[in-house]
Amino acid sequence: MAKNVVEASEGVAEAVKLCEPDVLAVYPITPQTHVSETLARMLADGRMDAEMIRVESEHSAMSACIGAQATGARAYTATSSQGLALMHEMLFIAAGMRLPITMTVVNRSLSAPLSIWNDQQDSFSQRDTGWIQLHVEDGQEAHDTQVMAFRIAQEAQLPVMMCMDGFVLSHVYEPIIFLQKEKVRKFLPKPRQDYVLNPSKPVTMGTLGTPEYYMGFRKQVQDALLRSSDIIKKVNSEFSSKFGRKYGDGLIETVSMEGKRHALITIGSVAGTARPLLEEMGVGLIKIKSYRPFPAEELRKICEGLESIGVIEKDISMGWNGALFDDVRSALYDLKKRPTMSGFIAGIGGKDITLDDMKSIMQKIREKKSGVEWLY
Amino acid sequence: MKKLSTGAVVDRPGSSSSNRTGSWRTFHPKVTEKCIACGICVQFCPEGCIEVKQEKGKKKAVIDYDYCKGCLICIGQCPSKAIESGREK
Repeated sequence: MAKNVVEASEGVAEAVKLCEPDVLAVYPITPQTHVSETLARMLADGRMDAEMIRVESEHSAMSACIGAQATGARAYTATSSQGLALMHEMLFIAAGMRLPITMTVVNRSLSAPLSIWNDQQDSFSQRDTGWIQLHVEDGQEAHDTQVMAFRIAQEAQLPVMMCMDGFVLSHVYEPIIFLQKEKVRKFLPKPRQDYVLNPSKPVTMGTLGTPEYYMGFRKQVQDALLRSSDIIKKVNSEFSSKFGRKYGDGLIETVSMEGKRHALITIGSVAGTARPLLEEMGVGLIKIKSYRPFPAEELRKICEGLESIGVIEKDISMGWNGALFDDVRSALYDLKKRPTMSGFIAGIGGKDITLDDMKSIMQKIREKKSGVEWLY
Repeated sequence: MKKLSTGAVVDRPGSSSSNRTGSWRTFHPKVTEKCIACGICVQFCPEGCIEVKQEKGKKKAVIDYDYCKGCLICIGQCPSKAIESGREK
């Protein structure tokens, strides 16, 4: 199969094109820029057929996607950092209305101080909005996951954000195998929503939820998110049988965990920095792919019996710990024999995570260090 | 708990009339005998729940308490000072 040496952003745009969205509503922001620019070029060259709405802000981009998706159209957008933050209130609405919008988030730090460089604070800060949140390690995984994201969204009737690290992944050239159009068409059937806007069968969307009903509807979103774990797993295994590539069980992936007593847990592209050190350092790697829904059950099975684990992440829940660290710790609380646990806040605002950093982290995990420390 | 539609969609008409929002009321406007059935309160009622009707052989303003929220705008607009306010019991 032919490999295309392209920027990971272009690989994502190619995947979006293959999914044939009807409406793209985008507002430019670094480092997502190359995704939407590539899509705009495809439209201008007639290689893609969709309506691109040039909106005046990301808040409007998400609003336009909500409107488009409500009619049953396949809606897509891409953003980063401040743009995602500006969408915040509309993200709750998209999820609450159960609209399967798909979005690419190219992860970037949040101001202040102003920074265009990578960390995952932007998407982690949208954790509680009701969106499915998938993170990827490399360009191929981004290309593949983008296609899976469209399918997962429509099956779960929930919006999905596909998150990739800005610059360190989005702007890296690597060989990517593009999926084939006909196969993607079969993999991604026409969208089906319980309700669409249709003048011949009128409905009211975005209504008031009085106390009698509101909580029931919020619970409905939570139940849908929890159920989406099975959908993600199913889509991942179907993807693997159709296209030959697989990403763990779709929610979580382990790398050389056989016989290991220590593990490093992480999310996104930093897994690539850990890979070459695993054998030398005697540490296994656990990659969280789905941040929401959080794969707690799967994580418990993998971590049961381990002596120590450490979480490295590019975000901080200010006033407490890294958000991933806390999620992992809470998931493992019910284990009878819990591993000792350490947390590492690293790579914030584009700070490099070097092989030496990674080595020292693994050393500390092996020494069963506890607590959370910053690498800066 | 009733079965809820996906995404809080209202797929049948009539929810505005089936929800008896009069239960939100704190103040209770009451039309007295001074009413001259001019209909000004009908025009100003934001809920559209006052009607001029024949009642006990006389035309007067009649409030539909299923939907009246007790905003008391009718009292402020009544030229005959024919509407009184009380607390909802």
